[in-house]
Amino acid sequence: MADRSFSVAKLPGFTATAIIVFAALYLPIFTLVGYSFNANQSVAVWGGFSLDWYAKAWANTQVKDATVLSLIIAVTAAVIATAVATLAALGTTRRKKFRGETFIYVMINQPLMVPEIVTAVTLLIFFGIIKQATGIQGIGYVILAHAAFCIPFAYLPIRARLEGMDLSLETAATDLYASSWQTFRFVTLPLLLPGVIAGAMLAFVISLDDVVITEFVKSGGQDTLPTYMLGQMRRQMTPEINAVSTMLLVLTVVLLTAFFFLTRKNDQ
Amino acid sequence: MSAAETAQDKASARNGWLLSTPALIILTLFAVGPLLIVLVYSFLVPGKYGNIEWAFSLEGWRGILFTKDIFTEQYQLADANVTIFWRSIKLSLLTTILTFAVGFPTAWFIATRPPKARALWLFLITIPFWTNLLIRTYAINEVIRNEGLLNTLLLNLGLINEPIQILYTDTAVFIGMAYVYLPLMVLPLFAAIDRFDMRLLEAGYDLYASRWNVLRRIILPITKPGIIAGSILVFVPSLGAYVTPRVLGGGKQMMIGNFIELQFGQGRNWPLGSALSLMLLIIVTGALLIYVRYANGDSRHG
Repeated sequence: MADRSFSVAKLPGFTATAIIVFAALYLPIFTLVGYSFNANQSVAVWGGFSLDWYAKAWANTQVKDATVLSLIIAVTAAVIATAVATLAALGTTRRKKFRGETFIYVMINQPLMVPEIVTAVTLLIFFGIIKQATGIQGIGYVILAHAAFCIPFAYLPIRARLEGMDLSLETAATDLYASSWQTFRFVTLPLLLPGVIAGAMLAFVISLDDVVITEFVKSGGQDTLPTYMLGQMRRQMTPEINAVSTMLLVLTVVLLTAFFFLTRKNDQ
Repeated sequence: MSAAETAQDKASARNGWLLSTPALIILTLFAVGPLLIVLVYSFLVPGKYGNIEWAFSLEGWRGILFTKDIFTEQYQLADANVTIFWRSIKLSLLTTILTFAVGFPTAWFIATRPPKARALWLFLITIPFWTNLLIRTYAINEVIRNEGLLNTLLLNLGLINEPIQILYTDTAVFIGMAYVYLPLMVLPLFAAIDRFDMRLLEAGYDLYASRWNVLRRIILPITKPGIIAGSILVFVPSLGAYVTPRVLGGGKQMMIGNFIELQFGQGRNWPLGSALSLMLLIIVTGALLIYVRYANGDSRHG
């Protein structure tokens, strides 16, 4: 087998480049994860394997508070975003194109088109005005900001799922004297569910990942995990930040794998 | 069309609007609406301690490029601002070029795998894509800092005698952006190459085209929509990058995003910050319009 057969799709150097790219993509992540098990005080020098930094992160009340707050925000924002995105997807698919449909579509996808820093600044100003006028404080501002930019991420998988469903089952249900609510509850919603779950998971991950908008919108003492980490990166860094990153990383990978299988079933 | 059908269409359109209303309300209040406030703010006068004073002024917009000399009261080009814009554009372009140069072979590699392996390779590209941007930026920091992986390796190999200072330079921001935005280049390129008909290559080779000519005359022109999509998807977030230059640039190698933040912090010039935000938004919208045009062309061919 010295002489490999000539393959048309093979281009010189492409495979080697791709392998290097994959290595370059994962090497930094593995380094980060590796140093989270470093027994040493500094992130720089390897001092043997240890789980101390996980214990330290676990015991750190700031990390704990930030994690709890991140989860509260992500769950609430994902639920709000998914609920309104499901309705909007039902309103903009499987019906005759109507006046303003494109407008609705552009509005829903608007958060994908505006740079995050611009949204962050505009919300900083807007919420500043509201806070001054009403005196209302609280975490609600961050949640609403997250809900808004999560809407397109929830909307797109739900819409994709709906477009793959034809109306025949719903028509059959109506023919069998199901009310429109019954049709929705017992036919449409169960069929749509994988799309809704996928959308909710994407919205959750997107909310959990957000740094920029949260950094600008949050008030004092409202640090989420990413904004807490951003703050730490200015100071003396210890492998604790690696441990926190690794835990967040694992959560993301678990959710993504679940998402991957959910949407794959969708195709079959 | 019968009257009944017209009525049915009307009802359907009304339901479409009704169902979309909750989403539209949230987006109007917390995404689109605040942009109008920023537009108003960009034409006002900065307050002494931040915020604004209610007086009309074009200083915010003028301040993007010009500054007033304290002594002569004359406007002159603001060198500091120009440096920041130039760095933003230069680094964003370099990021786009590098991610394309390495992303195209990667996308080609994925697209030419057998179907099962293809899904796995694609998944491997998607994981970093969805991983927290801050974590990925920090991961690059682990590699390039003075005591990091790269310098340690080079020192141990005896290639250098002292660590190379990469962190807190333009190079660090460039490496970081290329790293975090690479998946945005690979995914649309993959989509374009996946649709590419490999028989065209056979035809090319049968007609004695060299590999280079096949690449330049067949592959690149046909996958052009994917190339444009990928380039814009990388260029747009690079231009508005905030986290990567902040963490890897160390606050000195500012890009537009950090410059905007500065105006709302120490700079205390909200009108200038607002004008800068809108300028960034206009550039990004322009780039996206180009994308939409080519994406439409894509579906015509596809």
